[in-house]
Amino acid sequence: MTANPPASGWTGRSVARVEDAALLTGRGRYMDDLPIAAGTLHAAILRSPHAHAIIRRIDTAKALALPGVTCVLTAEDVCRLSRAMTVGVKADVEAWPIAVERVRYVGEPVAVIVAIDRYVAEDAADLIEVDYETLPAVVDPRAAAEAGAPVLHPSLGGNVINERLFRYGDPEAAFAAAPRRVAVTIDYPRNSGTPIETYGVVAAYDPSDDSYDVTANFQGPFSIHAVVARALNVPGNRMRLRTPLDSGGSFGIKQGVFPYMILLALAARVANRPVKWIEDRLEHLAASVSATNRVTTLAAAVEADGRITALDWDQLEDCGAHLRAPEPATLYRMHGNMTGAYAIRNVAIRNRVVLTNKTPTGLNRGFGGPQMYFALERLMQRIAIELGLDPLDVIRRNLVPAGSFPYRTATGALLDSGDYQAAMARAVLDGGLADLLERQRKARAEGRLYGIGYTAAVEPSVSNMGYITAVLSPAARRKAGPKNGAQATATIGIDPLGAVTVKVASVPQGQGHRTVLAQVVADVLGLKLDAVRVIADVDTGRDAWSIASGNYSSRFAPAVAGAAKLAADRIAEKLKRVAAGQLNVPAEEVELADGRARARANPDNAVSFARVAAAAHWAPGTLPDDVDQTIRETVFWTPEQLIAPDDEDAVNSSLCHGFIFDYCGVEVDRVTGAVRIDRYVTMHDCGRILHPGMVEGQVTGGFAHAVGAALLEEYAYGPDGSFLSGTLADYLIPTVMEVPEPVILHYESPSPFTPLGAKGVGEGNCMSTPVCLANAVADACGFDEVTLPLVPARIADRLAGEERPSREAPAKAAGAEARPGERKLTGEGSAVVAASRQAVWDMLLDPKTLEAVIPGAHGVRKISPTHFLADVTLGVGPVKGRYRAEIELSDLQEPEAVTLSGGTDGALGFGRGSGRITLTEEAPGQTTVRYVYEAAIGGKVASVGGRLLDGAARVVIGQFFKSLAAHAGGKPASAGLLARLRTLLARRQ
Amino acid sequence: MPRLTRDRRHGVRFSLNGHPVSVEAEARLSLSDLLRHVVGATGTHVGCEHGVCGACTVEIDGAPARACLVLAGQVEGMSIRTVEGLEPEPGRLSVLQEAFRAHHGLQCGFCTPGILMTLDSLFRRRPDAGEDEIRDHLSGHLCRCTGYAPIMRAALAARDVLMREERHA
Repeated sequence: MTANPPASGWTGRSVARVEDAALLTGRGRYMDDLPIAAGTLHAAILRSPHAHAIIRRIDTAKALALPGVTCVLTAEDVCRLSRAMTVGVKADVEAWPIAVERVRYVGEPVAVIVAIDRYVAEDAADLIEVDYETLPAVVDPRAAAEAGAPVLHPSLGGNVINERLFRYGDPEAAFAAAPRRVAVTIDYPRNSGTPIETYGVVAAYDPSDDSYDVTANFQGPFSIHAVVARALNVPGNRMRLRTPLDSGGSFGIKQGVFPYMILLALAARVANRPVKWIEDRLEHLAASVSATNRVTTLAAAVEADGRITALDWDQLEDCGAHLRAPEPATLYRMHGNMTGAYAIRNVAIRNRVVLTNKTPTGLNRGFGGPQMYFALERLMQRIAIELGLDPLDVIRRNLVPAGSFPYRTATGALLDSGDYQAAMARAVLDGGLADLLERQRKARAEGRLYGIGYTAAVEPSVSNMGYITAVLSPAARRKAGPKNGAQATATIGIDPLGAVTVKVASVPQGQGHRTVLAQVVADVLGLKLDAVRVIADVDTGRDAWSIASGNYSSRFAPAVAGAAKLAADRIAEKLKRVAAGQLNVPAEEVELADGRARARANPDNAVSFARVAAAAHWAPGTLPDDVDQTIRETVFWTPEQLIAPDDEDAVNSSLCHGFIFDYCGVEVDRVTGAVRIDRYVTMHDCGRILHPGMVEGQVTGGFAHAVGAALLEEYAYGPDGSFLSGTLADYLIPTVMEVPEPVILHYESPSPFTPLGAKGVGEGNCMSTPVCLANAVADACGFDEVTLPLVPARIADRLAGEERPSREAPAKAAGAEARPGERKLTGEGSAVVAASRQAVWDMLLDPKTLEAVIPGAHGVRKISPTHFLADVTLGVGPVKGRYRAEIELSDLQEPEAVTLSGGTDGALGFGRGSGRITLTEEAPGQTTVRYVYEAAIGGKVASVGGRLLDGAARVVIGQFFKSLAAHAGGKPASAGLLARLRTLLARRQ
Repeated sequence: MPRLTRDRRHGVRFSLNGHPVSVEAEARLSLSDLLRHVVGATGTHVGCEHGVCGACTVEIDGAPARACLVLAGQVEGMSIRTVEGLEPEPGRLSVLQEAFRAHHGLQCGFCTPGILMTLDSLFRRRPDAGEDEIRDHLSGHLCRCTGYAPIMRAALAARDVLMREERHA
């Protein structure tokens, strides 16, 4: 690190981060590293294995009897001690942090167990018996929006919780007048930023003043603090929220920890002790939060030259089982930007929000941008193809014209600055587009599948806290009162030795806020970088903060760093007046530089910064009359441009708008369908750059997220709502092998609206890159439609489409007819047994035989001649668990055929199924056993072992019949044939 | 190996970053929980507890291992190195750590200790490891912040310095 500030200042240079030394040596202080009070208890959470079910009964007796268990919270306690969480739309629904009366997604909390340590708490969770009455589930947003779909919230009458229509300009006339109409329909999947550190909460309750003290790795926005305090039924000043110094990544996701803040606060109250909870990875993947999946139909009215005169959006947003604050914000974050980087004056929008049996959604890097740009930029490519134009020309012709900034979009955003044409031209030249086109030409000449994709995007930052009120009608907004702005705050304090501390409420999750703030403030005060200490974690009981505080909507550089600059300016002006007296020159002649206050004209006439800065502590009487103090300055800054949505629904949803222009070349393997990114070029105009290294880190990091979203990641659900991606071996995050290094280019148009001219950066590639890669793959393969993620199997199936049917088809054909709404395993097989048909029949109905041949059976009890109960231990993949199994025999046609049906339940999941067994005596003493089964499995075992289930089921079932054959042949049966049968049953079940 | 019973704590002795450690642990306690919550060495992080993310990687008897997949009782008599043992002295970063700082090879820093342990272990065994080999080793780690390119740059820079130092040694 340079010791002295360079002439140009610290800001704008890639200085080493002040955060790094601690993080590189194991001295980080993340949530789970914080010291906890002696006597702190630990919580585990029992979660629903079902996507949709009524909770008939919860029996906690066995759990409470376990030594080390303090208490178990259920919905009853939560409803008694708190209030439902505020919902952002006017609708007759309640959202609670725990399932009340019914579960609506796999992973929904059902009980909180508090015990001496986490291990014991988890033991106790396994001992809680919950009696569920399962209901049909709905996971597809289209199906959920239809009449007759299973309804999640009966009080709502349906699943569409909000609908709004918007109209800007005259879209009908534009469509009527346009020579062409081009449309796309998009199913954008669910994915998540999945930080490597999971959620964590430590909560305490003090009954003497009815106050809560919660530490959580929450990221903001702190508007959520109001939601939590209201839910806990205390004034805000009795809900102290603190965040740890370090956070292991968030990308929006840790906003979603707030329901657990409520839950753990209540647990601490019931336990009368502090309680700690650290989320595990399965909990995180299944039930933390995810981005919304969205169904979009987008049509454009297009002139012959590709110029777009109108857009018609129809967006169906899937927010999961509950609408949790700040949803449906994902749908409205981009509202001012629904025309992207283009000058399109006529827009119609229909927005619907639908609830499904999936995890509630929330903040996620890109927040609404990926879904929206995927439709818009796919449309741009389709326009080029359908009109026979160069896609680059179509983009170019529609861009917001240079020289028209600040530019008001049709839907209300005020684009602050930029020169999109110039940035694009530079990207084409410096990124080597000509070379890429040549590579494409050569590859195609060799018969390879090579495509090029383009994307232009506007990247919004610094959200208007009022944009979400666009979900309300103008009349409802007038009634509720205006909401707007984006309060940022910074405090600068000077201690008695003249040392400077900066305090902000930005809650960084690894972005290096402390370094940048030190740069900005050191520049203003003329200090060395390490003379400025920065604190960025939050304590709502002591710090300056407001609802917009926190780390989201890329607001740090434009808003928080700007507020710090203003606070530093303010204190610098005062210090100059103090120094003026000491130096005997006018205040305007004083400059702060090199750790001193000095006369500009005569630098030798100087006094140390510390001496000037400390005067307010040691000799306040010496301060000039117009200087009150120089000990502490707190600035609140909110941009005047962020006004509330108006009566015409014009929404200036964000303050700053960066520009992105991306293009890439990809090659698709004709056989495997694998996508290789040959080159990716990304041009960013994020205003003034405060730290080039960090901006590059934000871009490459966002790009990696986007590569994952485009090629690998999806929160997968079975049709019955089973969650099928509960491990990082199922939810595939890109590794160093999958992420190429993008070519990053810059064009700087400082924002006129922010104190430092900076705009946000870091979310943009999450918006631009998925669709850019999709456009390239579409170009390579000649696809009209592309659905993410672009996993090899999906592409290979499409490429081979004409030659062979999709891989799902054979399974469907072979299986017993699956009822809609269930995840089925089906199979069939046969085994030859050296026994007469009657002997085999008798064995099948004999519990002793069954016990002998089913592996893992702890005891088979005969309830009736055709009804058995058993305890079974069964392992699937990494998950070994105990299950209670129930088996019934029906359709008995002695000795030819019998149907076995049954179910199992256990802490790890459940199963239901049935199998038909037929016995054929091929020769005396030789019987062929044929079986066909179908089974449905859910719960944890489906989440973490989904990819292994089919194989495991076949092995277990096959082994059962092999053992049966061995048993019949008089050979000693392996210990658990019956268990295998059972398993078989379990499986089928 | 002694037979451990479920209901009792058992003594475990091992060496952690060169210092002897003697603790009592339940048979089912994971090494990551032992290090973090019994010993208090919280530099080793836990990201998935099923061996995929690599954040908990430590070195056991010279080889990298996932601490979340090792039981406390298994390290009896063994030698463990963690991120807390990488600094040559308090306040001075190792070549590898310095390279990560210089090349912005970390953002939130949560996955970093595991990555450092894998690379430290690799460079001890293969000081001249090539780019592909480094990439191969890093592929066992998930990082959500950096996009990996800065990590690769840091790793290559550290290797170059270490090789130079070795030549001059």
